[in-house]
Order: sequence, then structure tokens, then C-alpha cells
Amino acid sequence: MPKVKFDILESTCVPLPFENVDTDQIIPARFLSATSRLGFGDNLFRDWRYTKTGEKNSEFILNNPDYSGQVLVAGKNFGSGSSREHAVWAIFDYGFRAVVSSFFADIFTNNALNNGLLPIVISDDLLKKLHNLVQKDPGTKVKIDLMNQTFTILMTGDSVKFGINPYKKECLLKGLDDIDFLLSMKSLITSYEKTKSL
Amino acid sequence: MNSKTLFDKIWDSHVVRSIEDGPDVLYIDRHYIHEVTSPQAFNGLKERGIPVMRPGKTLATADHNIPTKDQHLAIRDQLSRNQVERLSENCQKYGIELFGLNHLKNGIVHVIGPELGYTLPGMTIVCGDSHTSTHGAFGTIAFGIGTSEVEMVLATQCILQQKPKKMRITLDGEVQNGITSKDIIMHIISEISASGATGYFVEYAGSAIRCLSMEARMTICNMSIEMGARGGLIAPDETTFSYLKRLSSIPGIKDLKSSINEWSNLKSDKDSVFDRDLIFDAGSIKPMITYGTNPGMGMAIDDSIPMTDKSGNEASSSFIKSLDYMGFKPGMKLLGHPVDYVFIGSCTNGRIEDFRAFAQIIKGRKKAANITALIVPGSKKVEQQMLAEGLMELYKDAGFEVRQPGCSSCLAMNEDKIPPGKYAVSTSNRNFEGRQGPGSRTLLASPLTAAAAAIIGMISDPREFITEVKK
Ligand code: SF4
Repeated sequence: MPKVKFDILESTCVPLPFENVDTDQIIPARFLSATSRLGFGDNLFRDWRYTKTGEKNSEFILNNPDYSGQVLVAGKNFGSGSSREHAVWAIFDYGFRAVVSSFFADIFTNNALNNGLLPIVISDDLLKKLHNLVQKDPGTKVKIDLMNQTFTILMTGDSVKFGINPYKKECLLKGLDDIDFLLSMKSLITSYEKTKSL
Repeated sequence: MNSKTLFDKIWDSHVVRSIEDGPDVLYIDRHYIHEVTSPQAFNGLKERGIPVMRPGKTLATADHNIPTKDQHLAIRDQLSRNQVERLSENCQKYGIELFGLNHLKNGIVHVIGPELGYTLPGMTIVCGDSHTSTHGAFGTIAFGIGTSEVEMVLATQCILQQKPKKMRITLDGEVQNGITSKDIIMHIISEISASGATGYFVEYAGSAIRCLSMEARMTICNMSIEMGARGGLIAPDETTFSYLKRLSSIPGIKDLKSSINEWSNLKSDKDSVFDRDLIFDAGSIKPMITYGTNPGMGMAIDDSIPMTDKSGNEASSSFIKSLDYMGFKPGMKLLGHPVDYVFIGSCTNGRIEDFRAFAQIIKGRKKAANITALIVPGSKKVEQQMLAEGLMELYKDAGFEVRQPGCSSCLAMNEDKIPPGKYAVSTSNRNFEGRQGPGSRTLLASPLTAAAAAIIGMISDPREFITEVKK
């Protein structure tokens, strides 16, 4: 797993205001045959981004030149379905560093945090407000401050605290890696095995 | 006395260390891997130059992207072939047992684990696949993980995991004829929505669950993830133990009797508390079908598509978008709607019981001319049993061709794709947009409902074909 640091991010947003966007939409199964983590961004939201004949779908937000940025503003229940980490790799590879929603699927949250992609949960109301703002003005910027756990809409000054597991926060701030951490506990693990006589 | 749920008992006994304000370090008894979500994890080990800590606790199969025809030939798709070859190489290099393509024990990971005796009560089980929840039917904590976590388990046999909340779903009442466990779980999901159990681990209880076979229980636990739950489990009982006794061998168990004695204690204490407690009446459940693009969008087969989504949000763009994709309108009835494909298989309904159920309806009948059927056993063992029970003949007589085992059209990584715009009644677990191929339209249902559709060529009520069939 890669070591990624996250600290402060200020960026414009890309809005995707649909509910229940599942991992099959984020990266369809037919693109999962690769054996490395790279390059999945090309096929992010593939079947929405391209028409059946393979041309760019001009109506899809990623093909709209007005919108860009490192923050994906999604709808409720984002990332449900399959456990494929490829979904997170695709979002990250495309250039996003945070996803904002009012609700994430569990496995998606874990996968995102394990790859330095910050999933930020805000209230339904604030999410709606943000979507409206971004829709009206693609220049709408947000600021994410991980240390202070604050999410701010810069134009309006709306600022909220977001939750994150303190352990994961520390890992992201310092660019630490779970496996290094677990490996340092190897003797504890072996003695656990002995007590269980596994 | 401190009363505990079954989930707590298993979880707590596997905690190597609790990190303050952080996740638990959870020991994993069984790790299943497959070709699609493991290569990057092995790459990680190579980069670190570390071994697999306990190769004997990991088991591998190739299932997701393999063809279901001519498996004895080389896989034609180069990327798929490469992935399957990587898996073989990695298993060989790290000393992991592999039931690869053409192995007599090959099959879908969640079908072979139980049938080969690798899934046992009280275990913690993980796999880089969300339907790992299937194994909960045996009274295990089993859940799907991402590839970084696969690497974690390979490297340390442990995983960092936050303890989820606990939910109990009790099903009482007697299930009616023509209703399968697939209908039960689809009913529950339609009631609590595709995200209703997010953050929870579910225990299924109640008389209607107790009456179910192990295969049927696996179908229930399998789809726990479709309501957002990390997993689902069922306390082991006589049904569980007699299933295990029937297995020809159970790796690692010397004295089954004394193990069963131990496993008999695996249940929630009487006064244990759940964060959420839900009760359903099994007797009122009808055959179910989905009409939208997530498993929460399901209804009784003779119902009409609702006018609004669950939150009563009439103009909800997500609801309308979903129905548009399916080519449906609010208020529409689905009975009598033409179908193009029928898929029987997957880790949800690819076990012998499911093929027997399908056979009950197609026996002595003929496949409708407009239907293309994909009939895919969940494993080699299931395939052999179908042969032994004469199901292959029966299917053939009805005009069906049976494929070789694999995930197949459940996620359409191989060539078993449903073409754009076509309708498939599928016994799998996900009706997401494009899940069965770009533009495919999936209607999730039980093997009985799929059989009825295969015979009539339209969405039909399976109860019309059934007189005294028991679940
Ligand atoms: S059958 Fe479908 S759901 Fe089950 S493991 Fe295979 S792809 Fe996943």
C-alpha cells in the first residue's frame, strides 16, 4: 500500500449529485484485469464518461471543461457494492484527493483511507447547499484541513468539523503505513497465536 | 454477568491488541484470495521484500474472470490470462494452496470455502471480495476487504479494523410455498434500503432462519452486504453440524465431535443487547424481483413499481435515472414483461440446492424461444453433483446448456455479458448499471422466478408452477 500524506487542501470541486453510486459505476469490472495499481483513472466512471460508441459524453461532468479540481462532491451512499479497491485507485489516479458526501459505504471508506483519499462526511443539508453553489459557480472553492478536521466552503464561510478515526488521521498526516505498524507488532501476534494454539 | 452477542464473542477472542482511539488488531483465521484483487497485494510484499506470514491459512481460487466454456484451453483474453497466471505464480512463490482453473476443487471462492470444509464456526474470515459475508452462515465473522487489506493479512495474518455496530434481524413465521431464502433477503433489503445496514454487522435469528438449510442461509448472509452491512452471521446449530458431518474431510480438524461441542456455545447470550433490533414476518414474504439499479429497489413480483423512492422524494433524480436506465416507469407492473436472458449461478445462488430448485420448474417443460440462458454452477463439485443427480440431463431435455463453473455473468468480467438494453432475470446479487455488461438491465430474483421466466419468456410468478414445493 502506498504511503500518502495529507495535510491541507484547497480546491475547486467536481459535482456528481447522484445517490447510490456504486463501485461498478466508478470502475466497471471489465477494467479490473490489470495487475498494477496505476492507470485506472482513464476508466473512472467509464460508462458515463463515454458513449456506447466510445466518444466522450459531453453531458457528463468530467467532460465539462468548466469543472475541475481535486475534490469530488458526490451524492448519498457513495461507493457501495463491491470491495474493489480499484475504485479508489481510479478516483485517486484521476487526480482527486478527497470525496465529499453525506454517507459512504464501509469498505469504500477503509479503502479510501488506506490510499490517502480522504472521505469527508457532511450533513445532507450542507451537501445540498454545496451542490447548488458548485452548480451555479464552478469556481466554488473548499478548504479541507485535516489537522483541525475542518471542512470549509470558502465563498460562504460555512465551516464544519468532520470525523475521522484518530489513528487514521495520524497515519495520513505523517504518511505512515498500516503494514509497517502491524509488522512492528509481530511478536505480539505470534504470542497471540500461541495462546490460541492455532 | 456481562452478556455478549455472538459477534462480540468471536470478535473479542480475535483481538490481538486494541489501539486506543483506533481500530483493533484482529487476527484472521482464514484468508481466501482470487485473481482479481490479489496481484497488487503480492506486488506490495515483493516491494517490501517480506514473506506471507502464514501461507497455510490462505487459500486461493481463480473464479472472477475465467471463461465458462472450454476451460481446458488457454484463456483467450490476454489480460485475464495474465491475471490468472500471476495468481499461480504468486501462490507457488509464497506456498499458498491454489484450486486454480481445471482443478477438481475449483469454483467461486464463497462456494468452495464452505463445501471443502475450510469455513468453520467461530472463525474470522476475510477475502478481497464483498460477498465474503456468505461464510457468516456458519457462525463466523466474515467480511470483504480491499487489496491493501489483503496485503495486510498476507503480511501479518492480522487486519486493522474498527469494530462495527450490531444489528439483529429476527424472522419469525412460516415461509410460504415457492418462497426461497433469496426472496427473504431481497424482501429485507427492499424494506431497509441498500444502505440501511451500513456500519453494522447483522445477526439473523428467529424460527424462519432456523428452518433454513445451510445453502439457504448462505444466500441470506451473502446478500447482507447489499444493504450496506459489513457482514451477517447465523449462530451454528444442528443444521450447521450435520452439514459439516456430511463433508468428506475438514482440513485441520482431528476430532469433529469435540469441535462441535465447542461450537455449540457459539450463540448470543439471552439478554445481549444490539444497537438495532428488527423483526420481520416471514409468512408475508412473496417472490421478489428488482425494478431498479440497486438491490434496495425490489418489490413483490405482483406489485407495481412505486411512484416515489423510499424517502418519498418524487422528483429524486437518482430514482428517475435508475428507472430510465431500466426502461421502466413509476407505477408499472412487471408481470408479463418480456425477458431476454436468464442467469442462474453466482455465489448467491450457484449451489446444488439452487439448481435443484430451478429443475423443479423446468422439469418436463421447454425453454422459451426468446430466452438465452446462462446456467453456471458455482463450483466443480456442484457441477459433478448436478451430473450425479441427473440434473444435466433434465436441463438438456428442457433445452438448456450448462456452462463450466465461475462468477460468469454475475460481474461479466469474462465474455458472459448481457448485451446493451437486454433484460436479464438473474439469480446473482447486484443489479447495478452495467454490472452484467455495459447497458445490461438486471432483474434480481430467486432461482424459481428465474426458472418461470426461462419457461414463459416473460416475468412470471413462480408460484403458478408450484404445487407443494418446499423452500
Ligand atoms: S459470483 Fe459475483 S458476487 Fe460472487 S464472488 Fe463472483 S463476482 Fe463476486
